[in-house]
Amino acid sequence: MMTTYDILVAHPFLAGLPPGHVERLSRWARPAPFRAGTRIFEENGRAKRFWLIREGCVHLDIRVPGRGDAVIETIGPGTVLGWSWMFPPYRWHFGAVAVDQVLSIAVDGAGVRALCDADPDLGYELTKRFMAVVVERMQATRIRLLDLYKAPA
Amino acid sequence: MSTMTAARYRVSDRRRETGDTVTLAIEPVDEPLPVFRPGQFAMLYAFGVGEVPISVSGYGEDGPLHTIRAVGATSGALCRAEPGAMLGVRGPFGRGWELPGPAGADLVVVAGGLGLAPLRPVVRHAMADRDRYRRVAVLIGARTPDDLLYPGEYQDWRAAGLDVYTTVDRATAEWGGHVGVVTELYGRLEHRPADTVACVCGPEIMMRFAARGLVGLGVPAGQVWLSLERNMHCGLGHCGHCQLGPLLLCRDGPVVGYDEAGPLLTVKEL
Repeated sequence: MMTTYDILVAHPFLAGLPPGHVERLSRWARPAPFRAGTRIFEENGRAKRFWLIREGCVHLDIRVPGRGDAVIETIGPGTVLGWSWMFPPYRWHFGAVAVDQVLSIAVDGAGVRALCDADPDLGYELTKRFMAVVVERMQATRIRLLDLYKAPA
Repeated sequence: MSTMTAARYRVSDRRRETGDTVTLAIEPVDEPLPVFRPGQFAMLYAFGVGEVPISVSGYGEDGPLHTIRAVGATSGALCRAEPGAMLGVRGPFGRGWELPGPAGADLVVVAGGLGLAPLRPVVRHAMADRDRYRRVAVLIGARTPDDLLYPGEYQDWRAAGLDVYTTVDRATAEWGGHVGVVTELYGRLEHRPADTVACVCGPEIMMRFAARGLVGLGVPAGQVWLSLERNMHCGLGHCGHCQLGPLLLCRDGPVVGYDEAGPLLTVKEL
């Protein structure tokens, strides 16, 4: 049976992280499965943790008056869900719901912040990895802003 | 005859694909043109209106299929052509997809919007010769779920052993699939980058990002093929309207390797 440490080591988001760092992170991590349709967090709720998605997909959504929950992006396996735990006021900007059966590892935000404060090497490494995710998603959003598939005027 | 003068073809069937896109099946009235290879294009002439380059999106019982989006006077006239209408056709033109790919290779098809049309023959090739490739993935991006091309065929593609993934930029309430740009589907690939051949078609900016992403995964640039679009007119490399640097895309393309096309696509003057 795989331990939480084993799962963290195998996750692409943490690939190459020194074993000591992974071991410290694993103390704040636990398996977190979600059934299809489960709401993982609500917009403006307290951002207490992040999730490393192993299997399944998660929709990020936002409540739009008159339209219900509008899906804005899908987070797939091998990536990370949630970064609002890193910055005050620690509130989710969007909601998240499991599209299908999701297997993930939940990692405690306050615990990881304390780890990062105590170990700047780990903090820098995690910050770089989260930054890469943020940049990738920002660039994807910019491409979508171009509305490339729209018929030429 | 076939390249300079339009051959007469009759519309034998017309199928609406999306709100602004149709697929025309056409049959020869006189001697048929040579068979179009996947990725090659025809110049379709709406008599009295104009001529536009349109890729072959497959072959039906009677002849080639062309999937056309109504974006201007000529393409609009073609989209309105009913069965029985007469069209002029010149071709086949250009360099198509590099098929078959190397035996044992992984094949990745990346389509954005109408870009799936010239890639459908690649999909059909992969279905017909499935054992030739290790893994075959088809990644499809569209503006909305209603803009997905050929959705009724995806199940057959999957049944033939292809991994088919779709994503949309803007979800509707009913859409339960992926939302985001097509490159976000790369995480689903279970390919060996060095042994991967990729065929990419869609809006040019989408292709730039798609190709860059594939190269970032380790796919050699020379194994990433793009179908480029410029202002094709003569189809023979004479008029120069479709020039992209040293390339005349009607003759040297439309399918060009990213190793050759990549540096050209970021030159503003081109």
